Amino acid sequence: MIHSLFLINCSGDIFLEKHWKSVVSQSVCDYFFEAQEKAADVENVPPVISTPHHYLISIYRDKLFFVSVIQTEVPPLFVIEFLHRVADTFQDYFGECSEAAIKDNVVIVYELLEEMLDNGFPLATESNILKELIKPPTILRSVVNSITGSSNVGDTLPTGQLSNIPWRRAGVKYTNNEAYFDVIEEIDAIIDKSGSTVFAEIQGVIDACIKLSGMPDLSLSFMNPRLLDDVSFHPCIRFKRWESERVLSFIPPDGNFRLISYRVSSQNLVAIPVYVKHSISFKENSSCGRFDITIGPKQNMGKTIEGITVTVHMPKVVLNMNLTPTQGSYTFDPVTKVLTWDVGKITPQKLPSLKGLVNLQSGAPKPEENPSLNIQFKIQQLAISGLKVNRLDMYGEKYKPFKGVKYVTKAGKFQVRT
Amino acid sequence: MDSLGLMDNLELKRYLVYLHLMNCAKSQPDMAMMAVNTFVKDCEDPNPLIRALAVRTMGCIRVDKITEYLCEPLRKCLKDEDPYVRKTAAVCVAKLHDINAQLVEDQGFLDTLKDLISDSNPMVVANAAAALSEIAESHPSSNLLDLNPQSINKLLTALNECTEWGQIFILDCLANYTPKDDREAQSICERVTPRLSHANSAVVLSAVKVLMKFMEMLSKDLDYYGTLLKKLAPPLVTLLSAEPELQYVALRNINLIVQKRPEILKHEMKVFFVKYNDPIYVKLEKLDIMIRLASQANIAQVLAELKEYATEVDVDFVRKAVRAIGRCAIKVEQSAERCVSTLLDLIQTKVNYVVQEAIVVIKDIFRKYPNKYESVIATLCENLDSLDEPEARAAMIWIVGEYAERIDNADELLESFLEGFHDESTQVQLQLLTAIVKLFLKKPTETQELVQQVLSLATQDSDNPDLRDRGYIYWRLLSTDPVAAKEVVLAEKPLISEETDLIEPTLLDELICYIGTLASVYHKPPSAFVEGGRGVVHKSLPPRTASNESTESPETAPAGAPPGEQPDVIPAQGDLLGDLLNLDLGPPVSGPPLATSSVQMGAVDLLGGGLDSLIGGTNFVAPTTAAAPANLGAPIGSGLSDLFDLTSGVGTLSGSYVAPKAVWLPAMKAKGLEISGTFTRQVASISMDLQLTNKALQVMTDFAIQFNRNSFGLAPAAPLQVHAPLSPNQTVEISLPLSTVGSVMKMEPLNNLQVAVKNNIDVFYFRTLYPLHILFVEDGKMGES
Repeated sequence: MIHSLFLINCSGDIFLEKHWKSVVSQSVCDYFFEAQEKAADVENVPPVISTPHHYLISIYRDKLFFVSVIQTEVPPLFVIEFLHRVADTFQDYFGECSEAAIKDNVVIVYELLEEMLDNGFPLATESNILKELIKPPTILRSVVNSITGSSNVGDTLPTGQLSNIPWRRAGVKYTNNEAYFDVIEEIDAIIDKSGSTVFAEIQGVIDACIKLSGMPDLSLSFMNPRLLDDVSFHPCIRFKRWESERVLSFIPPDGNFRLISYRVSSQNLVAIPVYVKHSISFKENSSCGRFDITIGPKQNMGKTIEGITVTVHMPKVVLNMNLTPTQGSYTFDPVTKVLTWDVGKITPQKLPSLKGLVNLQSGAPKPEENPSLNIQFKIQQLAISGLKVNRLDMYGEKYKPFKGVKYVTKAGKFQVRT
Repeated sequence: MDSLGLMDNLELKRYLVYLHLMNCAKSQPDMAMMAVNTFVKDCEDPNPLIRALAVRTMGCIRVDKITEYLCEPLRKCLKDEDPYVRKTAAVCVAKLHDINAQLVEDQGFLDTLKDLISDSNPMVVANAAAALSEIAESHPSSNLLDLNPQSINKLLTALNECTEWGQIFILDCLANYTPKDDREAQSICERVTPRLSHANSAVVLSAVKVLMKFMEMLSKDLDYYGTLLKKLAPPLVTLLSAEPELQYVALRNINLIVQKRPEILKHEMKVFFVKYNDPIYVKLEKLDIMIRLASQANIAQVLAELKEYATEVDVDFVRKAVRAIGRCAIKVEQSAERCVSTLLDLIQTKVNYVVQEAIVVIKDIFRKYPNKYESVIATLCENLDSLDEPEARAAMIWIVGEYAERIDNADELLESFLEGFHDESTQVQLQLLTAIVKLFLKKPTETQELVQQVLSLATQDSDNPDLRDRGYIYWRLLSTDPVAAKEVVLAEKPLISEETDLIEPTLLDELICYIGTLASVYHKPPSAFVEGGRGVVHKSLPPRTASNESTESPETAPAGAPPGEQPDVIPAQGDLLGDLLNLDLGPPVSGPPLATSSVQMGAVDLLGGGLDSLIGGTNFVAPTTAAAPANLGAPIGSGLSDLFDLTSGVGTLSGSYVAPKAVWLPAMKAKGLEISGTFTRQVASISMDLQLTNKALQVMTDFAIQFNRNSFGLAPAAPLQVHAPLSPNQTVEISLPLSTVGSVMKMEPLNNLQVAVKNNIDVFYFRTLYPLHILFVEDGKMGES
């Protein structure tokens, strides 16, 4: 099982360590640093590293490495999932998962780690249970704590651990009972040079924010549930009901959580909401090139496409870029060679474009590779797959809750090859 | 802990003290010792949370002395009425075992833990399973997780209700169980499939492991088998949209799954397409799987992608992409032409490492499709000067040597390499030697000087034994009998097989049992890398035992997986004589060993004959060096070693080599009848020498023998003659004459023979491999085949 955890920042400092069994020396991380040095980029550090006596399984999140040490055969996915859960919990507690936040709340961090894992076995990883036991920091509480000297440990015993619905705490009370669902879809796509789709799929999630008193039993149904190719459920969902009736039936955790995630790809053609016209060329034996891209709406279902950002990793020999955007603003970082164009909204009357010259290092051969364009965008009030929530019913409680569903479509890993 | 004074809840106070103690316990165990009495008392507390916490904290104090105080409270807590306490206590047993294993065994905690597997509460079951598997890890021999249908049922019930982490432990436990028949396997599969929709990817992968393992037991004709195949694809694809670290582990496992059951993901090629900002470790894995899934149906798409990748920035990735194009050409014959033209396009880019990689794979393409794409040689030769990596240089030299007769200036090209002979790597030196000898045999007139130069360089100036020995072989071959030399050196080579890096089937089967573990990430069995190699128990896929046995053919029953569906796997280099002289360059070759054996027989004779004449006149250190290449790479037990063995027999006139008798049918499998035997050839007749031993308690009579159809039509020439009944513990030796006039059916491997032996008790089946030399007539030619 999981033996120890080291948190390491990008400059290679181990700023936190936690051991659930005997203490493992920090020097074990040297193997990790070695691998990190070999990998050109921080993202390229292999997630599983073997050392003579241990295995190091690591994740890279929010510019931090979470490196866990294991000694016996443990499913690596189990460890990776757990590490992500730790990072999620930090995010949930401190609003961000950064070195500063962790250092500021080091006491809570240790309390959390102690509660999440017992002797290497996961103990309480549900945020509902953890929050009952260890209160998240607020400005007010930290002021009070520093004056009165009290701690941030909760003032009731975590009874939720004893129930057979471990994800929901008992005795929840709200004056306004609300249940909101966000249907968020991301389009992952690879578009080739000529503009045809090489690969596209939709990754969707339904995030819920449930503030309901007591023990509500909800069921959520869709207009078109057969659209979904594959679904992954929060443990609260009753699988049998979904199998037989395609209805999501569950007693929700309290607060924010991810209800389901799903994938839509094979049977259904994925609509691609934007197109990009591009011409990027480098002249042979001269130190310049031309750069010209234009973005336009394609299948946007009559909605406005907004929040468009284009990022391009230019080849190494590019020294600088002199471009003129018709809309928005651009930046080029000559160190990382990343061009970022913040476009904003598309207005069909005048399509946004970015044109200009590229300065190359003189004397260097013209780059072989063509950069890929990475595109971000957002469409409000639209689930591009066409998924629609039909109705939400509540059983088990008497009051009438407020209900709401919001749809949004975003670009996921949306790449255009040039 | 002054702060506690501000609160009035006594229970809570105690709770907090424990939390504090747990942290202290690790840093100051002696201090914690002083609290032992309180722990013992608190294990009786009316509040279950306090009881559980007391147990949990006690386990954290890693001091040997404290353990004996722990036993009594722990025993009580394991039987506690509250499931939360029981589940915490179960983990505590594992903690205690870590500190003092003997104590845990002596106190009988292991049995209590086993009882908890049948607990009514799912969380307790999950934790007990987890604790047992952790303990079992350090005791591979002990039969801790002794699962029976009842406990399996408990585990399956608990599976639906426990936490995600508990589900992982339970699924991993289930994977160790072997169902008694296909019905049980199916019912377990049905109850495990819902886990494929879990949000936790570790749960999904553990469920995939259970399904992949138990599927082995299901008949392929079953409707359910097809349904299951369909259900497996979507969750595997979904794993690829997770974080890159999860993707990596998933991809390593998918790599195993597509080798075992390619049908699951054959329509999902596109999800393996590489995004430019994937981490490199994900890119390389995706590429590997793309090639495995490549087929005629999707090859156009795959090639277009690979060509795209070949222009990326990352050198490692580009190289692998170029190599992948070559592998596609070899795998999908219809695409070969397109692959070659894609490779030529890439060579035109003149990017150094792309050109070198392309040349290496084109060499493989030439091996697969000889005399088909020679038109590209001119283009390759243009790039000769830019090659600086040994592998690419060696490949280029091989191509020049192989097609010397069509390259006008082959001698000049090879000569240019010869100048810096001693600075080259061994690989290039060996290749250059072979290539020049080939050239000489093809164009003897103008290259005599060149060949002498290279032979003297190799034999006199080199201190590399491989190079020297190969040089001597060529030298002697050429000086004794140039015609034979031509036959040997320019012999037709067996074609290379389509897939060059499949995992060997038995290892693959073992790895399938380890899906989701570290073993699956490293593609090695745990015994190969787990710390200390504590005799890890080998897992294997369950044999297919259908409830209606009758459909089973006898030969598939004992083997783990039906041999029919196994892809051909290439034997390790050196297994095959065919490529002996080209040993280090060619990729592993496959193909029936027989195809080349007649030629090689010639070679062996020739070598022997040549030797005699050499010993007298020349100053070569003859016998030992000559024998060296024969010993070079012949693993015992392959069909080939027999060929080598034969060479030692050639000199002795008495006939061919006879292998010692091996046990073919152990007594355990045949109700007490043990059969061992061997094959012999004496003066033009083949016989099978059998030794029958009766290890049962009853007399055996009425023996009869029959062969299944086989590659060379081997059949008994006379009935099996056992004259007297075989009484217990008696052994009888029989020589059964064989003929080669039986019916013929190609077997895999070629020399596989399936035998049925009958006696008054039952019919028994076994199979054996017969050495090919028994088929050869004494003059070195092969008998009728």
